[in-house]
This record gives sequence, structure tokens and C-alpha cells, in this order.
Amino acid sequence: MVVVSEPLLEFEEVSLSFKGVKALSGVSFDVREGELFAIIGPNGAGKTSAFNCMNGVYKPQEGDIRWKGESILGRRPDRIAELGIARTFQNIELFAHMTVLQNLLLGRHIRTDVGWFSGSFWTKKARQEEMDNRDKVEDIIDLLEIESWRQYPVALLPYGIQKRVELGRALAMEPELLLLDEPVAGMNLEETEDMARFVLDIREELGIAIILVEHDMGLVMDIADRILVLDFGTPIAIGVPADVQRDPEVIKAYLGEDVDA
Amino acid sequence: MRGRPNFFASYEAEQGLLPTTTKKIFAVLVLIAAISIPFEVFPILDKFAEPAWLVLFNRSLIFLIAALGLNILTGLAGQVSLGHAFFMGLGAYTAVVLGGSAEGLWGLGLPIWIWLPMAGVVPALVGILVAPTAVRVRGLYLAIVTLGLVFIGEHIFRNANSIAGAPEVGREWPRLTFRIWKEENPLIDFSRDGQWFGVSLSGEAKTFFFLLVVALVFVVLAKNLSRTRIGRAFAAIRDRDVAAEVMGVGEFRAKTQAFAISSFYAGISGALFGVVVGRLIPETWNLFLSVQFVAIVLIGGAGTVAGSVMGSFFVVMMPRMVENVTRFLSEQAVGDGPVSAIADVVISVNGDFGIVSLEAQGPGLSIFQLNQVIYGLLIAVFLISEPLGLFGVWIRIRNYWKSWPFTY
Repeated sequence: MVVVSEPLLEFEEVSLSFKGVKALSGVSFDVREGELFAIIGPNGAGKTSAFNCMNGVYKPQEGDIRWKGESILGRRPDRIAELGIARTFQNIELFAHMTVLQNLLLGRHIRTDVGWFSGSFWTKKARQEEMDNRDKVEDIIDLLEIESWRQYPVALLPYGIQKRVELGRALAMEPELLLLDEPVAGMNLEETEDMARFVLDIREELGIAIILVEHDMGLVMDIADRILVLDFGTPIAIGVPADVQRDPEVIKAYLGEDVDA
Repeated sequence: MRGRPNFFASYEAEQGLLPTTTKKIFAVLVLIAAISIPFEVFPILDKFAEPAWLVLFNRSLIFLIAALGLNILTGLAGQVSLGHAFFMGLGAYTAVVLGGSAEGLWGLGLPIWIWLPMAGVVPALVGILVAPTAVRVRGLYLAIVTLGLVFIGEHIFRNANSIAGAPEVGREWPRLTFRIWKEENPLIDFSRDGQWFGVSLSGEAKTFFFLLVVALVFVVLAKNLSRTRIGRAFAAIRDRDVAAEVMGVGEFRAKTQAFAISSFYAGISGALFGVVVGRLIPETWNLFLSVQFVAIVLIGGAGTVAGSVMGSFFVVMMPRMVENVTRFLSEQAVGDGPVSAIADVVISVNGDFGIVSLEAQGPGLSIFQLNQVIYGLLIAVFLISEPLGLFGVWIRIRNYWKSWPFTY
């Protein structure tokens, strides 16, 4: 018997609308273990809405979202996070009053269980856990090369570093699936290359599946395994970068209709 | 170690309660100074050994406990609450029902080791009951909801005469003593003058030591909470609640926990307040008391334990300072002195012009009103110019001297 690897995350005919506006209509795709899956599309195509559905921030009206075969529709965001789905945000959503270290340690929340009581009394268990956490977080700091920013409040950091810290915070959750919402938006070429390297490192060294939403086509075509193209909430193409690039529907969505045709 | 005070060889050393040598020395000095006050060891601190000053210190320590609670809720978890006085009252009446004894009123006469913890537990449980309503709203709306609690509380306390005593009369709290059970002579009596290990101490001094230990315990607990997992979860909810949820922090759960913990602190503080003051009227637990705690948190420094300490001492001591200054100025205004000209303008004597008057009915503000005005001004000034309060001021001074003679 052939064992087919179960998809990690499945979208089945997901539709989401706000009053009259259709944000997503009939979106289906699946992401497998270790895959780097990209979602692209013009502005307002529903890419971030798709993320918010996966996170439980929005609840789609139709369709089903499954995690390892089990429906996660209607679950609270913190419950979904516990399953191992981490994400970064398009507009940085770091905890501005906390230091880089505290932000990353907060990412460890779901992987730890010291409560208010053992925390208050600084019990042996709490102490042990804090030190283990610190160890894990230091590994991430190392991976993302943010050693020198460790003790800074995040509000003081430059934009590129903040993006990196946010990625680190998501990694601290030890996720199985990482949702990256425009990780290189607003970055210069050098910063983009750094970020691309980190994304590839994460995937290869940590084996985490990644869903990437991004406008930088060069980056997406270079690193993605498969691509889903959305236009006004409707999926218009799905496949490997080379095929998607040649798809006439995709070209039409991005460049508009040919006048002569 | 020498020469590199900020070199840490382990995570544990860096994440300790008092990570640097300077902080350790400072903490020990403050503790020694505090302990020495009733013994009149250091001439500078002698004045504070008077019972009148010790009473103020005691009140500061009691307020500190409640302030730590509100700082966890408001400063750390970002939930503005005006209901703190209600939870303090709840703790106080739990203590008096369990520990008090009086003709015609409820009172079981149990010892301190029962009533003190229960005075925290009961408000914490009520806090959990109230939390679901409070968790749904945020910011200003939450402040209004919790404001409602104070009014409901005042109404209940005024009408539950078998618990709180008659309105405007109140009832007596048990004295601060330690008994094993209901025996006649307490093992330790903190409220009466007497000898401890051959040193004669006033009741106020004994109470001071008791409160110092309790407050210290709560300071350490609050500090520990804020540097571990739950404390970070609270701060995350405060800074960005949606992001916190996506990171796996349950908003409902975290806010409920914050409410329960802060109510626990408030309850303990309320019980000690009743016990140390001795007799309180049901109207004690009003909005003004709540506002005082908001003032402590904002003036001291939201989200910091050191800020709670500075804030509660400042807010409790300030009225006395203002009174002393006013009295000094009024003496100057009547007689001749170096500042009598200014004093004459500020103080109204025998009905002439002046901003402050010592007579209750005189023109100008009474000392009580002046204090209110100063509270308001201080809150506004700190909110606008130094959101971290006295703690922020301290940080600025510290950083200035750390980098001296350079500007940064």
C-alpha cells in the first residue's frame, strides 16, 4: 500500500464575505509538510483574509478548513495557535512596550505551562522553564542574527529588524506551519535577500512548512514550491512557479486585458 | 565580577530579581533604613519613629499592596479599573466577618491565619465572577463598568448592617494579633505597646514590622509574576490583543486571571486597612479611594513594581507634606519671615485674599481641596510629560549619572 502524506492544511471551497463584499469565494488548496506555498494576487485579492481565516480571526461562511484532516473552523485564534500555526503580520504587530527578548519569550507561551502561582513564587519548575525558554529563544536570536538588539524595546528598532523580530516571535512558537504576511514589504534589495535567506533557512533547517503572501514576484518565483493566485477573492491559478508565470489568466489579472485581443 | 558589573555568566544571573550589584546594595540599604526607623538608630530618620509618622508609613505599606494589585491589572494587563475600592471593601468585610466579634454583628472571631488569606480569596473569586462582563469591554467603557461596581458595593455595604455596621457608624475590626485559635492571650500582639526581645516598641512600630514583611512578600510575588509567563501574557494583551491571541494567549483567560489576582491583592490590603485603622464606616470604600489607586499607579509608574512602591508612599505622604508646607506658610504670612511676602499671597489669613485657607469655611481652598487639586494636576502632568511616572523620573536621573559626563 502506498502511503500518501496527509496534507497539513486544507482549504475546501472556502468563501468569506463581509456584508456585500466577497473577500474569498470558493478557495481550495492544500499545503503539505515542508512545502513553501505562496499566495499572490493584486491588492485586495483576499490574501490576508485567507490568513485570517486560517488563524481563526475571521470565520468563513462556507467551506471547510482542515488541519491534519480535522476541521478547525470556528476555533478561537489561541486554540489554533496551540495546534502549531504561527504567523507574522503585514503591518508589524509586535508588543511595542516589550523588549526583543520578551517578545520572543512571549512566543513560547503555548509551549510552556507555568501558571500564575508557580510564576509568582518563582518555583523550581518556573525557574527551570524560564531558563529553558531563554535557551530556545537564544537559538532563534542566533539564527536571525539579532544578537545586538536583544535588550532593546522593539519600538526603537529599525523596520527591517522589527520584521525579523516578528519572524523570530513566530518561530519561538515551534510551529509546524508558518504564515508569513508580506515579509519583505517595504524592504530594500539587501534586506529582501537577507529575509529570503532566513525563510529558506527556516524551511531547510527546521523543516517548517510555510505559506507566503508576498508582492515581490521575483522572490516568490525564486523560492516558492507552488503558487496560488487570487484575484478578487477567486482562485485563478495554482501550480509550480513556471506554469503560473505563463498562465494567461494570471497575466490578465496583473497586466490587464490586451487591447487588440 | 569586579570591573564588569554587567557581565552575566548565566541566564539565571541576568534574569534575577536584582540583577546588578548596584541594585542589590540599594535594596539592602532601603531595607536597613526601613527596619531601623522604629529603633531610632540613624539620627536623620529619628523623626519618622514618632507614631504619627509610623501611622503614615503603615498606611503607605497597606496601600502599596493594593497598588501592586491594580498595577498588575492596569499597568501590566492594560485594563483600567475604577472598582479597586469595591474589592478592598470586600476583603475588609470578609476579614471582619471571619475575625471580628461584636454584639449584634456577624463575626466568628477566627485567628489571622484564617481571615487574612480568606480576605484575598473571596474578592478573587468575586473578581472571577465579575470578569466575564468586564472582559467584553475595553478602555473607557471598562472604567465605567468597574465604576458601577463601586456604587453597587457602596449600596450593599451601607445596607448590610449586620456585616458592615450602621451607615456613618461602621464597626470595629479585630486587632492585629496572632492567635493559634480563639485563646484569650494572643501569641503575638502587633497592636499594643510592649517589649520584643527586650526592646520596648510602640504598637505602631510592631504593626510597621508586620506590614513591612507582608508588603515585601507581595512586592516579590508581583515582581516574579511580571517576569514570568503569565506576566508576559498580560503585557501582550495590553500591547496588542489580536496579535496576542494569534500567538496563543487566550484573551478571556488572561484578563480573568488579571482581575482575580488584582482583586486578591486588593482584598488583603482592604483587610489590613480595616485592622490597622480599627474602625471604618461603610462609606470608606468609595470612588475616591479607587481614584487614589489610579493616581498611585499613574504617578508611580504604570507596569512597574518599583513605581507602585514610589507611588503609594508619595500619594499617602503628600497630604501631610502639603499640610506641613501650608502651616509653615501660614505662620510666615501672619508673622515675619523670609518668605512671608509670598506666603501672604498664597495663604488667606482672617478672610483676606489667598489661594489656601486654614479655616474650613474661609475663602480659598481648604487643605483637603488643595490636595485634590494637586492630585488632579499631578495625574495630568505625569500622563502628558512622563508616562512612566516617578519610576520614569528615577530612570532619567539614573541614566544621567550613569553616562555622566556625557549626555548619552
